[in-house]
Amino acid sequence: MIAKPFALFKKDYHSELRTRYAINSLAMFIIVAISVILFSIGNETITESLTGGLFWVVIFFTAMSGLARAFVSEEERGTTLTLQLIASPSTVFSGKLIFNLILVFCMNVVIALLYSALFEKFIIQNFLLFIITFILGNIGLAVASTIIAAIIAKAGAKGTLYPVLSFPILLPLILTCVQLTLFSIDGTGFADAQFELAIVVGYDVIMLTASYMLFDFIWKD
Amino acid sequence: MSNYSIHSQHLSKSFGRRLIFKDINFNWNEKGSFGISGPNGSGKSTLVKIIAGLIAPSFGKIIHKNSGGEIIPEKLHNHIGFVSPYLILYEEFSAWENLKIFAQIRGVTLEEERVLTYLQQFLLKDRKDDLVKTYSSGMKQRLKFVFALQHSPEVLILDEPTSNLDEDGKKNVYKIINDESKNRIVVVASNESRDLELCSEILMLEKFK
Repeated sequence: MIAKPFALFKKDYHSELRTRYAINSLAMFIIVAISVILFSIGNETITESLTGGLFWVVIFFTAMSGLARAFVSEEERGTTLTLQLIASPSTVFSGKLIFNLILVFCMNVVIALLYSALFEKFIIQNFLLFIITFILGNIGLAVASTIIAAIIAKAGAKGTLYPVLSFPILLPLILTCVQLTLFSIDGTGFADAQFELAIVVGYDVIMLTASYMLFDFIWKD
Repeated sequence: MSNYSIHSQHLSKSFGRRLIFKDINFNWNEKGSFGISGPNGSGKSTLVKIIAGLIAPSFGKIIHKNSGGEIIPEKLHNHIGFVSPYLILYEEFSAWENLKIFAQIRGVTLEEERVLTYLQQFLLKDRKDDLVKTYSSGMKQRLKFVFALQHSPEVLILDEPTSNLDEDGKKNVYKIINDESKNRIVVVASNESRDLELCSEILMLEKFK
C-alpha cells in the first residue's frame, strides 16, 4: 500500500537532488529571514513571547517559498499528464505528502537549531511539549501546503496565490502553535495546554481527511 | 486481454460556451485499431483524454470493461498506454531510469527483457542510459511508445503518433499499430490519412458538432 507512494517520493527525492528545485530556495529563504530578523532587532532585547511568534513566522514564510514546488514543478515541466497516467490520485497525493513532510521536518529542524543558537531568549522550559507542538505543527503545515499546492498548480499567478490562499487556511494552526510554543517557553504543563493540543490534533486530522477526499477533484481537470 | 471493451454513451464536451463535440456513441468491443479523425481543433486530443480518463466529459459517460466488470476510474491508468506529443517524460532522468521509476510507481516489476526489446525496436537501446534532456524530439517521441507499452496495457491510445518522427520511425509506428491491434484495443487519433489506414473503424469528429 505504501510502496507506490514511496516510489513516487523516491522519484521526487532523486529529481530534487538533480534539479535543486526546492532545496536552494528554502535554504536561501531560511538564511535571509533569520538574518533580517537579527538585523532589525539589533541590540534590542526581545521578549520570550515575541521570539516564539517570530519562530513560527519564519516557518510559515519558508514553507510558502518551497512547499508549492511539489505540484508546481510537475505543472511547469509539463509532467502532470505523465503522473496521471502512471498513478492513482491517492498515490500521487500520498507521495507528494511524504516528500513535503520530510522537507518540512528537515527545514524546520534547521530553523529551530539556528533559532536556538542565535536568539538567547528562545529557551524551552517544557521540551516535550515543544517537540509535540513541533511535530503536530509540521504535519499540519505539510498536509495543508500539499493540498494548496495542488490547487494553485494549474493557476496563472502561482507565486502570489500560494501565500494568499495558505494564510487563512494555516492561520488557526500557526496561532495555536505560537500559543503552544509560548507555553513550552514558559514551562506550562500539559494539563494547561490540553485545549490547544486538541485543536492542533483536530486540525491535522480534518486537513488530512479533507485533502484525500478533495484531491481526486483537484487532480483531474 | 481480448475481453476488454470501451463504451461511449452520449459523450459531449464543451469548454465554457464553446462546444467541442456532442453525442458521441461507440462500442469498441473487440481488439483492433480504431481511428479518430478531424481537422485541427475538432477535439481529437480532448476525446482521447476523456477515453483515457484524464479529463471528464461535460455530458455522457465512458465505460471501460474487462472480464472483471466495469473498471473504476481510480484503477483505469493501469489499463491504458498513452502516446502523444504533449506527453513529457522526466528530462532529468535517463530513459532507463524513467521506465524503472514508472514501473515502481505503478507497482509492477520492470520486465527488463521485454522493455529492452522495445528499446531496440525503437532504436534507443544504445542511448538508454543518457538523460532524456539530451534526446532529440523524435527520440523522445519513440521513448513514449516504450513508456506506453512497458506495462502491457489492454488499451493503447496514440494521439498523433507519428509527429516528430522520420520515415523509419513512422514505419515502426505502423508496425506497432498492426501488431498490437491483434492483442488489444488500439486507438489512433490523427489527421494524417496514412496513420488511419490501418484502422478498421474511423470516428469523424466533424460529424458531432
